[in-house]
Amino acid sequence: MSMPVARSLPRFGGFSFGMIALELRRMVRNRRTVIFTLIMPAVFFLLFGTNAASRAERVGGGNVSGYILVSMAVYGAMLATTSGGAMVSIERAAGWSRQLRLTPLRPAAYIAVKLVLAMVIGAVSVVVAFAVGAASGAELPASAWVGCGLLAWVCALVFAAFGLFMGYLLPSENVMQILGPVLAVLAFAGGLFVPVDTLGHTFATIAQFTPVYGVGEIARYPLTRDGNLWVAALNVVVWTALFAGGAMWRFRRDTARV
Amino acid sequence: MAPLRRGVPVDDGGMTVSALPEAAIEGSAQFAVDLQAAVKRFGAVTAVDGISLRIRPGEVVALLGPNGAGKTSTVDMLLGLSAPTQGSVKVYGRPPREAVALGLVSAVMQTGGLLKDYTVEETVRLTAVLFGRGRADVERALERAGIGDIRRRLVGKCSGGQQQRLRFAMALLPDPELLILDEPTTGMDVGGRHDFWTSIRRDARSGRTVIFATHYLEEADAYADRVVFVRRGRVVADGTAAEVKALASGRTVRATLPGAREAQLRALPGVESVEVRGDTVLVRSVDSDEVARYLLTRTDARDLEVTARNLEQAFLALTADETTAGSTR
Repeated sequence: MSMPVARSLPRFGGFSFGMIALELRRMVRNRRTVIFTLIMPAVFFLLFGTNAASRAERVGGGNVSGYILVSMAVYGAMLATTSGGAMVSIERAAGWSRQLRLTPLRPAAYIAVKLVLAMVIGAVSVVVAFAVGAASGAELPASAWVGCGLLAWVCALVFAAFGLFMGYLLPSENVMQILGPVLAVLAFAGGLFVPVDTLGHTFATIAQFTPVYGVGEIARYPLTRDGNLWVAALNVVVWTALFAGGAMWRFRRDTARV
Repeated sequence: MAPLRRGVPVDDGGMTVSALPEAAIEGSAQFAVDLQAAVKRFGAVTAVDGISLRIRPGEVVALLGPNGAGKTSTVDMLLGLSAPTQGSVKVYGRPPREAVALGLVSAVMQTGGLLKDYTVEETVRLTAVLFGRGRADVERALERAGIGDIRRRLVGKCSGGQQQRLRFAMALLPDPELLILDEPTTGMDVGGRHDFWTSIRRDARSGRTVIFATHYLEEADAYADRVVFVRRGRVVADGTAAEVKALASGRTVRATLPGAREAQLRALPGVESVEVRGDTVLVRSVDSDEVARYLLTRTDARDLEVTARNLEQAFLALTADETTAGSTR
């Protein structure tokens, strides 16, 4: 204190890989997150996607097991990105967000860190599901392994926005206990567990308007080369815009309430 | 109760916002804290009702007042967590938000603000990352806060006192010029409170400016150079701890004395105030023996009572609400 300290603001509003690394370590420590995002999708695949009929029946250049695997990878990625985004809810409830305001971290940098975290854990979730799938009977053409995986991951961004929105909307310590069942219903409605056209025409029509439908269709496209990509892309864009807008709206209110 | 102006009672019969004498302000380089007629309203509720306060670098100041006096609202404004409705708030000549971002000012808040699934060390490291500081600063903060030995413990497994010392370590991390402590020992046991203050006191020797909000009189008395009494969103007294104690050291002599002559009583040495209520006379004096002797030997006074005024009573007199107006938080 005898000597004045040179003081300056951090670059990028405080967004740093050091923070991401520490936050990742903390996420991995949370057993519930690990079970939900890494283990559950793989287990679901093993339960529902590995019977003899699925292995034998062909779809595109692969088998039905591969088709189910991509759906489960999407499910895992959306669980992972949602819980990544929803971390803000827990942090707000714990007063951590307020504590962070006593640091140079800018709110936009905080959101950016949460998005990166959501996408990192989403990527890990897809990789784990694909590794388990490859080892237990799922068959996809080489291009589809890469294409489906990348698309499942990238499109899960819509759920990172959803997680953030819900994280700001629901000030709960256990926000994922609410969001878990919601995501399961959305995944069902969007055709991840059962193809939508097997449940009748009306259901299939409604399904197109639910937020998981577009992600699933796009992610499976490199395998199936089937379905209306434009409808799916529109679905993803509209839902991403809605969730991101909602998150932005709540976020603004949160930072304005000084 | 007359308000104090830097320890000197000012008999203006009410609520004067006290300030440093202007002479002291001129020439001193920069204030650590400069609040100018700061007002904070939440809807119809006025939490801070025009506080002007200047604190020089190196001062250790207690912000003393009952719950709901506006202490936390004042602290929030100093930290840029809220903006004043009126007036201005400057910390080291800058807007608070900027001073916080530069690490000029940091704080130990009352509760919350920690994540259970980080370890003690990770929490401090994250703070270091955000302030662009290195490993050496982490070690220094852990050591100064006395939590080096529990660095690998999860925050959720720490006691209240350990968590408070962790908050202290986080606050020390940017090596702030000004440290603000908001009710820092709430919920701590006696031992924890002692340990915490020992750490703070050791740290304050380096010349850091410290402001702490408290409703514990003994803490203000033991650790502050200057005590600022706050009541209903206003400063009602402002002086050194010694001056406040001096204020509280007087005694009141009460006696039944029909036809008391106020002027004579007032002329006695050490008398500060005389009040006549019918046949009862109340004399406040720093030399109560002299008053008692006079009353018993020179007048017909009877039923004589001498009562001491302690810091607690001074505090209550200064900070109690006389009216039933709503909460001022």
